[in-house]
Amino acid sequence: MTIQFNDESFRDDYTFHNSDWAIKRFPFPFHEDSYMYSVNMEQHKGGPEGSVYEMRFDVDEHYVSEMKDRALVLDQDPLRCQSLPHMTLAGWDLLELIMVSKSEDYPDLFELHRNGNQWRWINKPMGIDHSFTFMDETTLPYGPMEYITRQAQGDFVVLDQRDEMLWMDAGMVTTQADWSLDFDIGMNFFEWHAPVPKAHEMGIFKRALKFLLNIQQGAPARRLNWTMTVNPLLDTSPENYHQWGIQKTTLTPENIGHKQHLRVELQTFFRLPRSNALVFPIRCYLCSFQDLMTAPKWGRRLHRVIRDLPDELATYKGFIDNRPMMLDYLSQFDDGLPTSAGVWPDLETEPPLAK
Amino acid sequence: MSKFEFPKSIASRPVWGTLEPRQGEHHLMIADAEGAEAVLDIATPDLMAKTHLIYIPKGTDYVERLQALNPAQFYEGPSYEAALQRIRRVLEDAHMGLQVYLTGTEGMMGQAMNEVMTVGLPHTAIQTEHRGSAARRMQCVHCKGITEDVEVDPFVCSHCGLNLFVRDHYSRRLAAYQGVRVDAEDHGNLPEPKGIYE
Ligand code: HEM
Repeated sequence: MTIQFNDESFRDDYTFHNSDWAIKRFPFPFHEDSYMYSVNMEQHKGGPEGSVYEMRFDVDEHYVSEMKDRALVLDQDPLRCQSLPHMTLAGWDLLELIMVSKSEDYPDLFELHRNGNQWRWINKPMGIDHSFTFMDETTLPYGPMEYITRQAQGDFVVLDQRDEMLWMDAGMVTTQADWSLDFDIGMNFFEWHAPVPKAHEMGIFKRALKFLLNIQQGAPARRLNWTMTVNPLLDTSPENYHQWGIQKTTLTPENIGHKQHLRVELQTFFRLPRSNALVFPIRCYLCSFQDLMTAPKWGRRLHRVIRDLPDELATYKGFIDNRPMMLDYLSQFDDGLPTSAGVWPDLETEPPLAK
Repeated sequence: MSKFEFPKSIASRPVWGTLEPRQGEHHLMIADAEGAEAVLDIATPDLMAKTHLIYIPKGTDYVERLQALNPAQFYEGPSYEAALQRIRRVLEDAHMGLQVYLTGTEGMMGQAMNEVMTVGLPHTAIQTEHRGSAARRMQCVHCKGITEDVEVDPFVCSHCGLNLFVRDHYSRRLAAYQGVRVDAEDHGNLPEPKGIYE
């Protein structure tokens, strides 16, 4: 299908919106009526047609506006994109991976023409037609990682692998759930995960690291993570938290349906060929509560998950104060009926709200 | 009593050890404030005869006792920043086998550790021991400015003036903990500052 790109904002007047198409394909993260951390990883080898899992790098209606938002963030704070000196080769690897994947998966939107190291990259939605020499930084306006991730939705962290450990040595991070690349750069897997409650004690990070170290080229993996965001604000950074934190207090019973967003990250993991680095794209999807409630199954389930979530997780995710108001709202959409297994909305088979 | 028992914390937080005299022809000790006591504890005439000792008193009065140990070289610096060029110069000549001892405040040890790692010495050649103040070197996540020797939580960023709470999340690259606006969700509502470990 051809995508109609929205003209929308993720700040100030917040004109962000999801079409019916985007709502139906929203990566709802709960496969059952409760949630706890787990090593929830699977192969990233496609998914149902039209789903966010189908392509290696999903492109959707928010693409062009998200890239404008990223450019704004970088203008104000160049530290959101950093690469330690030894990571340039990995940047080229990433540029190649994204250009090849997008041109193969979306031939009507992206083209890549390669003649030896002479490459021509055409990005139609962003109006880019650029010839450059692969592996020659002087032929790009930015470093290779920055160049390509200014044209790809989601954050990107590039991990160096050495001493049986992953090191956060480069990244483009402007749509993060409240963590700082500038602070975390150079840390290892256990260090940057240090603030997460419970998961260390549960052994999750040890097992997850083992899995990641063994990811092979051509066999990417994926997982989902989620949190809550008031207003469709992409840049929930710690850097700007002194400005956006106050927005959490603007929720009211009247506006919660359109202000409160479930924020889901589709996280994927790809081994890069030349550098042996691992790239970790973190793609952020936002959906308002009222849009989620259009799928009766999601309404029932979200209520139960949020109600039963341990306080430590609600605190870490930053919505413990707003949880009672969320539950008042969500309980209207929970009639107590059972829900089908799995994440899909099952619109045809799940009963309408009996309330 | 200059030894402080840090409570158990998260994985990014540094863990400091206890100095022990090591074998070797060359030793570099960098100490500040009460770190002097850890040096005095391990000093032997033989060890000190092969030791370059760099010491930043920070208002304490250990200098005479340290000098009495007769280190091969002794330098007293008025601040870490002032001593830094000298530390770098000494590390330039560092060869494999140099034993490094860092002791005193977390802020000094964290920064000096980075200098030592930069010249490629293996971390097995570095020992640390915390002594004295448990104050923290803090980075404001908003303006990126560093505030040294923070003893209370919350504190005022010495650069942008925001009131920040003291996190345990620690960056070895910055040798600093993270400070985040404490009243971000309720402007002006400032908790009474308390000692960090109170
Ligand atoms: C190598 C790629 C990965 C990177 C770069 C990464 C990065 C991060 C970062 C920066 C945070 C925020 C920590 C903070 O509060 O400051 C986080 C949270 C978390 N990570 Fe990862 N992570 C990676 C892989 C994984 C994997 C494979 C798992 C598998 C279980 C995982 C599980 C989690 C969990 C459970 C949280 C807490 C999320 C929440 O409750 O909202 N991470 N990760």
